[in-house]
Amino acid sequence: MKKILAITLALMMILALAACGSSAAQSSAAPAADASSAAAESSGSAADAGVLTMATNAAFPPYEYYENNQIVGIDAEVAAAIAEKLGMKLEIEDMDFGSIIAAVQTGKVSMGMAGMTVTDERKQSVNFSDTYATGVQVVIVKTGSPITDLDGLKGKKIGVQESTTGDIYATDDFGESNVERFPTGADAVLALTQGKVDAVIIDNEPAKNYVAANQGLSILSTEYTKEDYAICVSKDNTELLDKINTALKELTADGTLKSIVDKYIPAAASSSAAADAVSGATSEPSK
Amino acid sequence: MAVWWNNLVKKFVLCFIDDNRWMYMAKGLAVTMEVTLMALVIGLLLGIVVAAVRSAHDQQGSELSGAGGFLLGLANGICKLYLTVIRGTPMMIQLMIMYFVILVNTTNKTLVAMVAFGINSGAYVAEIVRGGIMSIDGGQSEAARSLGLGYLPTMRFVIIPQAIKNILPALGNELITLVKETSIVTVIGLGDLTKGATIIQGRTFEAFLPLLAAALVYLLIVVLLSWLMGKLERRLRAGDRH
Repeated sequence: MKKILAITLALMMILALAACGSSAAQSSAAPAADASSAAAESSGSAADAGVLTMATNAAFPPYEYYENNQIVGIDAEVAAAIAEKLGMKLEIEDMDFGSIIAAVQTGKVSMGMAGMTVTDERKQSVNFSDTYATGVQVVIVKTGSPITDLDGLKGKKIGVQESTTGDIYATDDFGESNVERFPTGADAVLALTQGKVDAVIIDNEPAKNYVAANQGLSILSTEYTKEDYAICVSKDNTELLDKINTALKELTADGTLKSIVDKYIPAAASSSAAADAVSGATSEPSK
Repeated sequence: MAVWWNNLVKKFVLCFIDDNRWMYMAKGLAVTMEVTLMALVIGLLLGIVVAAVRSAHDQQGSELSGAGGFLLGLANGICKLYLTVIRGTPMMIQLMIMYFVILVNTTNKTLVAMVAFGINSGAYVAEIVRGGIMSIDGGQSEAARSLGLGYLPTMRFVIIPQAIKNILPALGNELITLVKETSIVTVIGLGDLTKGATIIQGRTFEAFLPLLAAALVYLLIVVLLSWLMGKLERRLRAGDRH
């Protein structure tokens, strides 16, 4: 009995050391490891340590998604390019879309980049960079569905990704009781294929991805307002915001931004739309 | 029949082989085990301390007086508060509070999960251990006292060894619960076994295979743990039959 106890305790201790060692390695930003010490520093501290932490919801192709055990996509690559320009290392944190702004506000991460639309409401909590891409909300339905335009959605069950502008539009236009919120767009589309919802309202590029990955889905031609995607930064961290905007301007000027977008969105129409968006930095934010 | 099988094989390849997707689950399993074991260690340490304070107070509180008695009473109060709060709030909320409010500056989700689950587990372990100690017949401690043993030696040589046999099944249950409970870490975005399955589900739009695979892995772990606990219990009971 004593031997078993001794061996078990020894194993526990080894495991504990291994776990602490690996968790220390995972948090390669030194400030992040000192969770128990100092009170909330300004979010600039995460950036100052040479690491640019980015919050995203990696279930939003082609902007961010998992491939080969890594997070890739337009946002991931643009962020990497920005980090390079700033001479910092990029670290991407996957989380619920609704948690991104809170994470940026509390300084958990330096910036949030998740195909996030600039809205007045969000601007109250965080600052947004210049627009780097545009999107538009579209409706996905099963092919052959009786729904052909936005009016047809009245009274139907609409699936959305929670906290996105799709969620906001659906709730405003069709009522709380008709909207079903899912953690990711893919979950909403899965529900659509299973007939649990009648339509899904989500950004057009991910919609194209989801439709291509499934059979029997189509996108309605009616669209909502065009939206601007931007990077959100804490209101305290104006320094990082300026640096990001400078980096974005440089990336636009040397064509890197366009080439990244084109790599993931091969249609000429979308790439020119993105070019229009970044050259005209001020656009009306959608509600 | 053959079509069904072919379909299944195709889906299996899509979910696990393509793009090395099985690695999401493999890495997730490592994270799950890491969090579970560390949380168990923290929980045991915390739980045993709290249980010791609580049972000492309940068994002795009336006898002690002065500074010692007061301190024990205070410690007992703190322990009771800890137990009430932790057992009275859902684990998911505790985890989110730990990540978004208390340890707000860190992005080391594994550490946060270990701490949150450790603290939660500690509360339940404390009650299990205290229950085990209290379940030993009062006659045992009386007999020990009559032999001249003080409180601590009584606990160490008479009560605790007997209590362990009562504690172990419940402790095993707690460990099994802990393994499965760690699946909620997806709310803070930690890539555990369940999150691995949901990532695959999100990429392939196949719900059945990834979720089934995750369930099977959890089941295997629990079966293994149950078997180990059974062996341990049998070894301990071996002394009873004389």
